[in-house]
Amino acid sequence: MNPSSARRIGRRIGMVGIAAAAVVATLTGCSTKAQSGSNGQYGFDEAAQSKGSTITVWVDATRAPAVKAFEQANPSIKVKTVTYDGSSNGSNSFKTKMGLFDRSGSGWPDVVFSSQNNDASWASQKTAGKQPFAAVLDKGLVPQSTLSNFTKGSLDVCTVDGKVYCLRNDLAQNVLWYNKTLLTKFGYSLPTTWEEYQQLGAKVAKDHPGYIIGSVGDPWPEIYMAGSKCGANEVTGARTMSVDTESTECKRATDLIDAGVANKSLSTLSVFSPDFVKKYSGKVLMMPGPVWFSGAIFNNAQSLNVPKGQLGVANPLPWGSDQAVTGNVGGGTWFISSHSKNLAAATKFAQYVTTADAYQVDQAPGYPAYAPAATKWLAKQSSSGYYATDLSAVTTAAGEVWSGWGSPAFSQEAIWAKVMSPLITSGKSTTSNLAAWGTEIKNQAQVNGYTVK
Amino acid sequence: MTTPAAAPLAAGPALSGRRRAGRRTRARSIGPVFIAPYVLFTVAFGLAPAIYALVLAFTDGNGAFAGFANFAKVIGDYRFFADVGHVALYLVIWLVSLLVLVVLLALLVHGIRSRRVSAVFRLLYYIPGALAGASSVLLWLFVLDPSASPVAPLLQALGFQSFNQSIAPANLPAIFAIIAFWTGAGGWIVVLFGALNNISIDVMEAARLDGANAVQIATRIQLPLMRKWIAYMSVLSLAAGTQLFVEPTLLSQASNAVVPNDYSLNQLAYQYAFAQNDFNGASAIAVLLLIVSIALSALFVWRGGLFSTEDA
Repeated sequence: MNPSSARRIGRRIGMVGIAAAAVVATLTGCSTKAQSGSNGQYGFDEAAQSKGSTITVWVDATRAPAVKAFEQANPSIKVKTVTYDGSSNGSNSFKTKMGLFDRSGSGWPDVVFSSQNNDASWASQKTAGKQPFAAVLDKGLVPQSTLSNFTKGSLDVCTVDGKVYCLRNDLAQNVLWYNKTLLTKFGYSLPTTWEEYQQLGAKVAKDHPGYIIGSVGDPWPEIYMAGSKCGANEVTGARTMSVDTESTECKRATDLIDAGVANKSLSTLSVFSPDFVKKYSGKVLMMPGPVWFSGAIFNNAQSLNVPKGQLGVANPLPWGSDQAVTGNVGGGTWFISSHSKNLAAATKFAQYVTTADAYQVDQAPGYPAYAPAATKWLAKQSSSGYYATDLSAVTTAAGEVWSGWGSPAFSQEAIWAKVMSPLITSGKSTTSNLAAWGTEIKNQAQVNGYTVK
Repeated sequence: MTTPAAAPLAAGPALSGRRRAGRRTRARSIGPVFIAPYVLFTVAFGLAPAIYALVLAFTDGNGAFAGFANFAKVIGDYRFFADVGHVALYLVIWLVSLLVLVVLLALLVHGIRSRRVSAVFRLLYYIPGALAGASSVLLWLFVLDPSASPVAPLLQALGFQSFNQSIAPANLPAIFAIIAFWTGAGGWIVVLFGALNNISIDVMEAARLDGANAVQIATRIQLPLMRKWIAYMSVLSLAAGTQLFVEPTLLSQASNAVVPNDYSLNQLAYQYAFAQNDFNGASAIAVLLLIVSIALSALFVWRGGLFSTEDA
């Protein structure tokens, strides 16, 4: 090798170290002073208002028709739409981008849709001394009459320290979906408790191997754990939590999961995977899960494609003589930015997309959180003639969502996926790892600034 | 996941005009023009952010001097040493396989007599590296899913019936190493091939006349003469390897976080910056990574004689 090429290499190596830092460092962006408003008639520092200015709204692709509906109804308001991933699958885009706007001191959108329901936990708080992103909605910005029409408990995920920071788009309450035709054919009766459900699983595994009564392939502790009042995720204040994963309530739920995985009456495949569809089309006897399962899984030609007249829906199951409770798997939320220069238009938009029939009844894929719209939405679903039963269980479940399962600033799904999902996939016991699950939750809570009791 | 872009393969003939003073002046005046874009981008996207990270690492959220508080915080984080372990295991698997297999493959390709066959092989090796990092990982999402994979029978033979079984935590270091090897090794094979071409034919001829067989030539002549290139490859790969980010991040998203979103140190830094809104903690991790990769690189440079200037 000759000397000049060695020197060239030397220079390159010098750059390697710098490049090493650059990858991470470029993530940090650049910083300027945060602007701050003057008056606060709605309970937060407003930016100087500019009447008639364009509002920027961030929505996921599924919510794009909501913007269209609003534009048709309000042609005088100028709307700029930005489509993003909706923070789905734990991507955290909403929080990530707002953190960057906080640092640059400008660029925030006026209204944001998020498919997660734990964003109020951070959007309501000052981060690194910067003004909270979310506008307070229940101190005059959104009329009390509108807020009180949301299904009871549906704004819990938006409420931090007694103030409401977002409007709920849809509820994702879990119900018990079942195939009425199959159930009758096999001669089973519908379980009325989780104990009966578990016994049915054992029976199905023995008499009709290959058929399933649920799935634990997706990291949703909200279905079995929240449905059993497992106190793994109780948010008691803006930054305080209580975590107890070793209670009887948690243990009975993981025992149920372990038994179902062992006898194969519970699937360990994600309900969205092609394998699941291939293996279980026509073989899902029942499946506890969110309301949106109907459109996303059952009545979907790309998925299980259950024929008309077979799918029934039953109330969430109780444990023994306990009061039945249920959980939420998702359910979107709409935020108004506290930095908005056109709060009037932004508020009008957020109210429209959550309450107007033109979107929530006519086009929305999920059960509307706004109760008057929900009634009409259900009526519309019933009239389709698809379901084998009436849909009253959906309404019942909406009122049974357990308030003990909170919405902290970190993802319980990600923790379940990290600790419990690999155990389920490999057939190991989840019950004997409840402590490890709890430790991970506590650790996550602590690094996110929570005090854990 | 760095491909060695345009590595200097041979520099001999370019210097023949050295003796002529006029040419030298012209070469000197044109030199800065050539390196200007590189310097500009390095300063804008390399040096400046690095300095900014250094500043952030030693300050708190309000910009006040924080001493080593950020470092203490991230090192005390319950995920830190787990991630160090993950990255270290991945690096060991990857670097060892890279060193052994790339050298071996380069020697084999170089040994092919037919120019055309040799060229085809070099192209084949290089193609995966030509794909951009993220897209090549996306491809692996399919390869690792037994229901879609072209190598499904192999996955099933290994006992993996579903995507979630393929990406079980114990498999991850090997998976990341395979992905990184697949995307990065081809470029290095081409570079080492160039290095082998640089070895004087006289030396090889002499060895052959002395009765050395292919293995002896490889171990006695080619390997010692390739030492600097191998060290060069190790240094760059090590620096890239400690930056493990794209592979686990994409797999994490695709698996709904069954592959944790805080598997590697860079991901942890990302979590600090964007999930916890703690840019100072993130910078502290970045600076720690910088120190470690500089230290390890120094070791390779020193042991590999990369800066020794006597002609090889």
